[in-house]
Amino acid sequence: MTVTPKRLDIDGLLTDPATSIVVCCGSGGVGKTTAAAALALRAAEQGRKVVVLTIDPARRLAQSLGLTELDNNPREVEGVQGPGRLFAMMLDMQRTFDEIVENHADPDRVEQILENPFYQSLSAGFSGTQEYMAMEKLGQLRRTGDETGSWDLIIVDTPPSRSALDFLDAPNRLGSFLDGRLIKVMMAPAKAGGGFALKVLASGFSIATMALNKLLGSGLLHDVQTFVGSLESMFGGFRQRAEETYRLLQAEGTAFLVVAAPEPDALREAAYFTERLAAESMPLAGLILNRVHPVTVPELSAEKALAAAEELDADSPDLRLAAGLLRLHAERVRLSARERRLADRFTASQPNVAVAEIPAQSGDIHDLDGLRLAGELLAGSN
Amino acid sequence: MSRPWPPECRLHIVTGKGGTGKTTAAAALALALAEGGGRVLLVEVEGRQGIAQLFDTAPLPYEERSIAIAPGGGEVFALAIDPEQALLEYLDMFYKLGRAGKALKKFGAIDFATTVAPGMRDVLLTGKACEAVRRTAADRPGAAFAYDAVVMDAPPTGRITRFLNVNTEVAGLARVGPVKNQAEAVMRVLTSPQTAVHLTTVLEDMPVQETLDGVEELHAAGLPVGAILVNMVRTAHLSIGKRAAVSTAAEKRVAALLRPYGIDTAETHALAVLGREHAERLSLEEVERRALDGAGRPVVELPLIAGGIDLGGLYELAAALSAAATGEAA
Repeated sequence: MTVTPKRLDIDGLLTDPATSIVVCCGSGGVGKTTAAAALALRAAEQGRKVVVLTIDPARRLAQSLGLTELDNNPREVEGVQGPGRLFAMMLDMQRTFDEIVENHADPDRVEQILENPFYQSLSAGFSGTQEYMAMEKLGQLRRTGDETGSWDLIIVDTPPSRSALDFLDAPNRLGSFLDGRLIKVMMAPAKAGGGFALKVLASGFSIATMALNKLLGSGLLHDVQTFVGSLESMFGGFRQRAEETYRLLQAEGTAFLVVAAPEPDALREAAYFTERLAAESMPLAGLILNRVHPVTVPELSAEKALAAAEELDADSPDLRLAAGLLRLHAERVRLSARERRLADRFTASQPNVAVAEIPAQSGDIHDLDGLRLAGELLAGSN
Repeated sequence: MSRPWPPECRLHIVTGKGGTGKTTAAAALALALAEGGGRVLLVEVEGRQGIAQLFDTAPLPYEERSIAIAPGGGEVFALAIDPEQALLEYLDMFYKLGRAGKALKKFGAIDFATTVAPGMRDVLLTGKACEAVRRTAADRPGAAFAYDAVVMDAPPTGRITRFLNVNTEVAGLARVGPVKNQAEAVMRVLTSPQTAVHLTTVLEDMPVQETLDGVEELHAAGLPVGAILVNMVRTAHLSIGKRAAVSTAAEKRVAALLRPYGIDTAETHALAVLGREHAERLSLEEVERRALDGAGRPVVELPLIAGGIDLGGLYELAAALSAAATGEAA
């Protein structure tokens, strides 16, 4: 027996003035960015003042939103039809990290931090920096919205991480890493006065230091210590900010939308993510099932279509065309049945998750009309 | 068509945009390379257990184990490389650090070294793969190496150049010492004709653009680009460029042909719409194909496996890859 999922009321969610943050998440390659942009446009055209934070949009999608340069600030999108307003921005991870340093480190330390090779390596490559910075930017957008009134709804796309969960874990991981034991110990000699425990710790530490020096070459450790030392003033900040972000995500007015394609990997990730959100008491609004292939002639079975195609296939253009169309239909029926099975399996394991579907389009979405259509399909008004 | 990789190539690095099936392509390539009695190691480096899921087995440990038999009697082994384990193994092999190694672990130094400096993590991952490439055969009479080829399911296209360019990444951090030396040794293998980086894509705008960017970046970094693997290629049911064939007039004639099968005019219209969408899709795909040709690399097309990838599907893709490798038409 299959369970029919609840229908996800997209318009209800977007037009509810209490909704202030919508987070689109899901594994890579499922169309998160497009979904986020389509939701943002729809919300704006229904009267909301919206800002959409995109992480890594396709070039043409970015252009359609007027995002021709990466300047880490929202720009108003032209061509919105309706009473609302739409702003869009692309995340510049490096710039966001630099800004945190500039705003929170001692002024005389800023240069030192920005030029340290470890800072450069960490800020560009730490697995999770992008996720952390996306959340940092979300906090900033929230504050700007509250102060200026430019927007009252923030729609966030999440980074194309290998797993949808990275984005929830990264802020914490970066926070706990910077709070880590090694870092504490590295800074200890500068701070502490002595004591037995510390001496024991320090002797263990010096063995570790020696090993690290041997392995990495001295000089490197010195760079690390300088880096950690100069970051000290920001330490509390990282942890605190990670926690603030977490609370923001749990707050009333935040809604998560999990985006998935009707494929096993994407739906498995979506199921994990659904469970994880529940465990963290973060509010899941529903699942967006993207690129679904509907059957347009439901009465015609794949077998019947193929049998007819077999009979018709002959040496005349019309017959070949008729056979081609029937084969195409048979293929669609099978694809659709498979997608349906996968979606049903998801709903059976997550019966309370409401679902909205976007049928697959034959071309890529690269203008506002395309986004508008995707929004209409999502809301089920087409 | 030129060969997709040089005959001396033994390290195949498979990248691709998320969602294009790079793990599938890597696994199929491993099967293809093992065909006819070869021994191939398939490695993953992202801790994702994608290989285990694909072959429907328990999660892979940090240990090389046989995972599939190739057509004509080859064997594919699989390994999930874990950077922490690789570091400890490396320390043990070269430094016999013993107590100091434990201290490193206790103080979170390994976590530290592999997370604060991603270049360092990458050099451990690529280093392990290179070690497998160079490992000599003790138990294989007549073979020079333990593995005839190593296939890596690598990070996605957007990160691949950075991931492989370990020398540059590490140089800024470790100016002297073993890690620096290791990075240089790895880089020598990666930039040699022993290595080829293959890019997996599908015939869509964004993945193709990313593939072209990736090829350029790899070239600029001096890393050898192998083939472009176009995955999930659909069967064409209507000839390309004959969109006019589903004209209103043609639709009417087809409706007459389909009526005896109990398909009414409205249903024929729905079929025609499907046909037009298909034709549009095909012509868009043709545009992407031409764009890929511009990269100047051999392109290998892998068919869409209807019903999802299983072991049978993998063998089917492997057949397409080995046909391309030997220069036969698939």
